[in-house]
Amino acid sequence: MDFNMNLILGQMVLGLVNGVFYAILSLGLSVIFGLLGVINFAHGVFFMLGAFAAYMLGELFGIGYWPALLLVPLIIGALGLVVEVTLIRSLYKLDHLYGLLLTMGLAFAIEGLIRITFGPQGLPYNIPDSLRGAINLGFMFLPYYRAWVVVAGIILCVTVWLVIERTPLGAKLRAATDNPQMVQAFGINVPVMLTLTYAAGVALAGIGGVMAAPIMSVDPAMGTNIVIVVFAVVVIGGMGSIFGSILTGLALGLLEGFTKAVFAEASSTVIFVVMVIVLIARPRGLFGKMA
Amino acid sequence: MLDISKLDAWYGESHVLHGLDMQVPEGKVVSLLGRNGAGKTTTMRTIMGLMGKVRGTLAYNGADLLKMRPDQVARKGIALCPEDRAIFPSLSVHENLMLPPIIAKGGMSVDHIYELFPNIKERATSRGTQLSGGEQQMLAIARILRTGAKFLLLDEPTEGLAPVIVQQISRTLSEIKEMGYTILLVEQNAHFVQGIADVHYLIENGNIVDRLEASEFEKNIAKVDKLLGL
Amino acid sequence: MTMADTKTMSNTTTVATTGFQPLGFSPARFWLMVATTLAVIVAPFVLYPIFLMKIYCFIIFAIAYNLLLGYTGLMSFGHAAFWGMGAYLTAYSAANWGFGFEMALLMGTVTGAVLGLIFGWVAIRRTGLYFAMITLALAQMVYFICLQAPFTGGEDGVQGVPRGTFLGILDLRNDWTLYWLVGAILLAIIILSNRVVHSPFGQVLRAIRNNPNRAKSLGYNVDRYKLYAFVMSAALSGFAGGLKAIIFQIATLTDVSTIASTEAVLITLVGGIGTIFGPVVGSMIVLSLEHYLAPYGPWVMFTQGIVFVFFVLVFRKGLLGEIQDYFKTKL
Repeated sequence: MDFNMNLILGQMVLGLVNGVFYAILSLGLSVIFGLLGVINFAHGVFFMLGAFAAYMLGELFGIGYWPALLLVPLIIGALGLVVEVTLIRSLYKLDHLYGLLLTMGLAFAIEGLIRITFGPQGLPYNIPDSLRGAINLGFMFLPYYRAWVVVAGIILCVTVWLVIERTPLGAKLRAATDNPQMVQAFGINVPVMLTLTYAAGVALAGIGGVMAAPIMSVDPAMGTNIVIVVFAVVVIGGMGSIFGSILTGLALGLLEGFTKAVFAEASSTVIFVVMVIVLIARPRGLFGKMA
Repeated sequence: MLDISKLDAWYGESHVLHGLDMQVPEGKVVSLLGRNGAGKTTTMRTIMGLMGKVRGTLAYNGADLLKMRPDQVARKGIALCPEDRAIFPSLSVHENLMLPPIIAKGGMSVDHIYELFPNIKERATSRGTQLSGGEQQMLAIARILRTGAKFLLLDEPTEGLAPVIVQQISRTLSEIKEMGYTILLVEQNAHFVQGIADVHYLIENGNIVDRLEASEFEKNIAKVDKLLGL
Repeated sequence: MTMADTKTMSNTTTVATTGFQPLGFSPARFWLMVATTLAVIVAPFVLYPIFLMKIYCFIIFAIAYNLLLGYTGLMSFGHAAFWGMGAYLTAYSAANWGFGFEMALLMGTVTGAVLGLIFGWVAIRRTGLYFAMITLALAQMVYFICLQAPFTGGEDGVQGVPRGTFLGILDLRNDWTLYWLVGAILLAIIILSNRVVHSPFGQVLRAIRNNPNRAKSLGYNVDRYKLYAFVMSAALSGFAGGLKAIIFQIATLTDVSTIASTEAVLITLVGGIGTIFGPVVGSMIVLSLEHYLAPYGPWVMFTQGIVFVFFVLVFRKGLLGEIQDYFKTKL
């Protein structure tokens, strides 16, 4: 074990960047599961598609990072809308596990398609010029881009949290998660709400993909790689808690970074180990609402 | 006016409503009395569009409700206060109150509602489910008064509540009736409906077995008690 | 009130049992068994024995998986851990510790069982979706450990696994000899799985699948039965993986990856969840599809995805499941 303070802090800051992606993705996954009852295995693939969309916008139309940040969620959201209406909607009356199977199949089909089109290797995506360079934090040089990801990511998560927990729109979402039939009996078109929620959830993943593109390189496997970790984050945080997803995602990113500095071999498994511990000590997760 | 004629409903494979005939005239309070499992709640749910398979005639002011989704039924001006109150646990009391959208003009203002139900106003920021049973019932009724719905479906509003609260609800309902609302009141408590309903329907095993005007109720109280298994 | 009604995923058809129960099979299943036996006998003259043996290993894997999903109602997404670790331990013990065929397979089976006990003990605390997610995450953990552990040989895998001999007599280096042995093992396991499913133990599992609360109120320790089923499923998966390792004389990272887990799910879904012969049909189809698409690389993944989506939307009960319903008989 290696206890070099600079290294530890440095890796933790980098880990926080990963944590932001975990938070953004587990947030969307949690909301979609809460309202639709579907475990969206395809969530990772929408993350990946976000990155590819940014890449394609750049290659085909010369559209850069900043406009992509606004356009990609619309594109991914539209895709999500189509997916929910055509595929997922028919599953609501069935056992929840069919949703997982369908979205898993969808994830494979989409990833396969991307691999067929682009090949298996990662494609490069450049850091936008305005964010080049790094800042000297003393214990490390922190690239401006990564600092941006952390700040913007956290602001994004907090904004989503605020909308869900503190606005009337969010109240409708929460109520529909509690009791969709009753919400519909009050005059709210719940099926439309479900569609828009799915679209919004995956659009969020898409934004994450754009932000990840300069860091992770645009890679067909980036979806499936991250989605399993996000599942673990959600199990640890507890499904049903937006706040739990965000906090747990960030915290686990930090933990991953710490482990990388101190005990590198365990860094890819540490989150799963934490999951096992949490499952034994507190099965419903750290912030979980449901038993 | 709600017009029900030869209404059949199924819950999965079981045939739960058999050829129901009922009218609820505008501005009147109509009660639907019966035991547990008689089909009272099923009738409410069928009106609201929450049941699966239905057949017959179900019209409100001429509009055919059978073809409608629940949200469409609601937007015709019908509101449900369900048996379990359905207070949303993830919402505060105030959010619960404000959740149902305004579907027509003429609903009560929030201020007026808080005047009518002061103990809800006190607890406005608490979680909806932290209220007592009586307070939750008040909240469930208050919720639907805001929307502008003119036809209220109240499913066993007094169930499980202390006599003092039941009296309060009775008073509240009288006030609401004065304001011109049309109410379909489902109950097992014969005494409660006696003072307030204009017409009583008796239901057993998914069939309407009798219809009594308010004036006839007292005379037939023995029959009513028998129906309710008392 | 919830948005979705939780319906059991398994194909539940009821049929009156007749008196004729050869080998413990119902009449319909008996004929399927005959057909399968004939297929096993005839197939190697038409297709490569090695390819067939691969299918048979996956059939056994799918039978193990189906025991858990179809008959106990638990969907695991981490079965690759048992299959893969069974493969690794069988391979390693045969290659480096001089274990013979039987001992090496036993090693794989025990590995599966032990891992199943650990996974099961952690995962059984939750049900449904959480259970699936937890098993997926646990298997991923095993994958990462195998990725780094020296004994697995990393990207190269454990190589040089000897075929050995069976009971000291049959030389398994001969593909045909091995084939007949593996074929016999397959047939024996199908018969065994049918007996387990219809045993009192199997009936309790099905009761748990259909209505866990009711089973509990009848006095059954539901969690303990789930754990038994889980360990059995894991052990058989380990056995299947070990068998594959000996046939191909190698164990690799692919065996512990998510790919292997989803293979088991796909095969069971295609063949028919909760049917005895579903795994047989499912394996044949899925593996043949993959074999013929293999030269086209990513088309395999794409096709798997499409097949998943198609079956979930249209043929939810799988091929035998749908046929079973149509003819009102259990397969």
